[in-house]
Amino acid sequence: MDYDVLIIGAGMSGLAAGIRLAYYDKRVCIIEKHYRVGGLNSFYNRGGRKFDVGLHAMTNYVPKGVKLTPLPKLLRQLKLKPEDFALCPQRMSAIKFPDKTIKFNNDIDFFVQEVVDNFPAQADNFQRLLKTIFEYDELNLYAKPISAREVVSSIISDPLLINMVFCPLMFYGNAQENDIEFGQFVIMFKGIYCEGFARPRAGVRQILDVLVRKYRGCGGELKMRCAVKSLKCANGRVESILLENGEVLTADKILSSAGYVETMRLLSNYDPTGIEDKAGQLSMVEFITVLDKQPAEMGHETTIIFYNNSDRFDYRKPDQLVNVSSGVICCPNNFQYENPLPEGMIRITNLANFDLWDRLGKEEYNAQKAAWLGTSLNEVIKLIPDFRDSIVFTDVFTPKTIHRFTGHINGAVYGTPNKTKMGITHLENLFICGTDQGFLGIVGAMLSGISMANLHVLQKG
Amino acid sequence: MTKEEVKSVLMEIVAEIIPDEDLTNLKGDIPIREQVELDSMDFLDIIMELRKRYGIEVPEDDYIHLATVDSSVAYLEPRMRDL
Repeated sequence: MDYDVLIIGAGMSGLAAGIRLAYYDKRVCIIEKHYRVGGLNSFYNRGGRKFDVGLHAMTNYVPKGVKLTPLPKLLRQLKLKPEDFALCPQRMSAIKFPDKTIKFNNDIDFFVQEVVDNFPAQADNFQRLLKTIFEYDELNLYAKPISAREVVSSIISDPLLINMVFCPLMFYGNAQENDIEFGQFVIMFKGIYCEGFARPRAGVRQILDVLVRKYRGCGGELKMRCAVKSLKCANGRVESILLENGEVLTADKILSSAGYVETMRLLSNYDPTGIEDKAGQLSMVEFITVLDKQPAEMGHETTIIFYNNSDRFDYRKPDQLVNVSSGVICCPNNFQYENPLPEGMIRITNLANFDLWDRLGKEEYNAQKAAWLGTSLNEVIKLIPDFRDSIVFTDVFTPKTIHRFTGHINGAVYGTPNKTKMGITHLENLFICGTDQGFLGIVGAMLSGISMANLHVLQKG
Repeated sequence: MTKEEVKSVLMEIVAEIIPDEDLTNLKGDIPIREQVELDSMDFLDIIMELRKRYGIEVPEDDYIHLATVDSSVAYLEPRMRDL
């Protein structure tokens, strides 16, 4: 078969790119190696229950009627209505460090007041930081990367406040250890503190169902359980696509959401020099607990807590299987739904080491999952009411699970720290979208697919 | 199509792309983007809709001709005359 555009991966970015292209009458095909769409933001069933893989909350939530921010922009681009995602805003979230708690909801003024109350000496500096953030053009694809730590510490003089502001932005979308690129920092800052969190009651399925239905409705083709074996290259371009099942496809252009290094590895003339060391290192483990009551009944009403229980805040690959000293506690129940979710649930995310998990034999792997669940629970009950007696079901996913779902080398949740903002590669018809292009989060991923489809296909006629 | 028809087709497309903007007082000789919230992504969709609906190809170098309503009509009219 011959296509105008072939898209590798049916995650948020691939589906969004596919909708744009199919809507404007391109012959487009998305190939997905998994039996399920979503990539990093997928879902699964276990023990008769439905679980989400990636999504804690969608960032960038704005109520209907607000214009010019990423969410309404992407809805417009995908020809969707705000109601389609059925987003329900959060209640209240918090950043908890030793001796300090900063709360935030979807109202930036509330967050600013919290910062000022907790760090009165930094009040003016924080206003200056906001001004710097609002004046920065974070969507400029040509901007040179700069260090957010450098920019922010030249404005804010209290390292504790810096780490507290950075913590959620790191956990929700940063591929780099301990620092974050300033453009990325601005995107995440606006998405989390200025706009805010929301979740569809049905979880990530809601978003994915809408995207798949829209894509198919526009005439797009979706091949599931279909993996690329190799991209045949000649004359500086990809000439054909060989699938694992032996089929050969051709396409004028290829958009890959598989990751930069992962895509390069598919090339028939792949030269690993200078490529392999670009692979990301940061991975995570998630402990999911199902409870026999609503968390609010136990006095836990916070939506998401970003915590750090240590004197230092380390956002890097841990030296042991898991680092429980910092992480994220998400309660999917604590969004403003019309009807409560049927069961209580608390999800804990911690940084984890892919290599160490990958090395374990099957029995040891399961034993370590159970052991670290206990360790992580011991840590989080310092921050929220002890809910361990209410747990009726648990599940754990590790860097190995992420690797299996996404194909990301090292189970790197947010891909490589070296983003390819323009999406171009050394091959003239091969482009990168999604995680490794550089807009992160669920909204960011969709915008990435849209931008790359616009830039490299639609604008070119 | 006559000039008037080209203009009404254009306005119909713009109205669909930015449904929550009021277009009634749009001035023909001032860039559309200076009068209503229309970003570069929305602008691209005007080009795409012209292609999808009428088969008109506007090359990237000609995007500048679609800045105002008047210049758009002047640019499109010869290309849509026979439709």
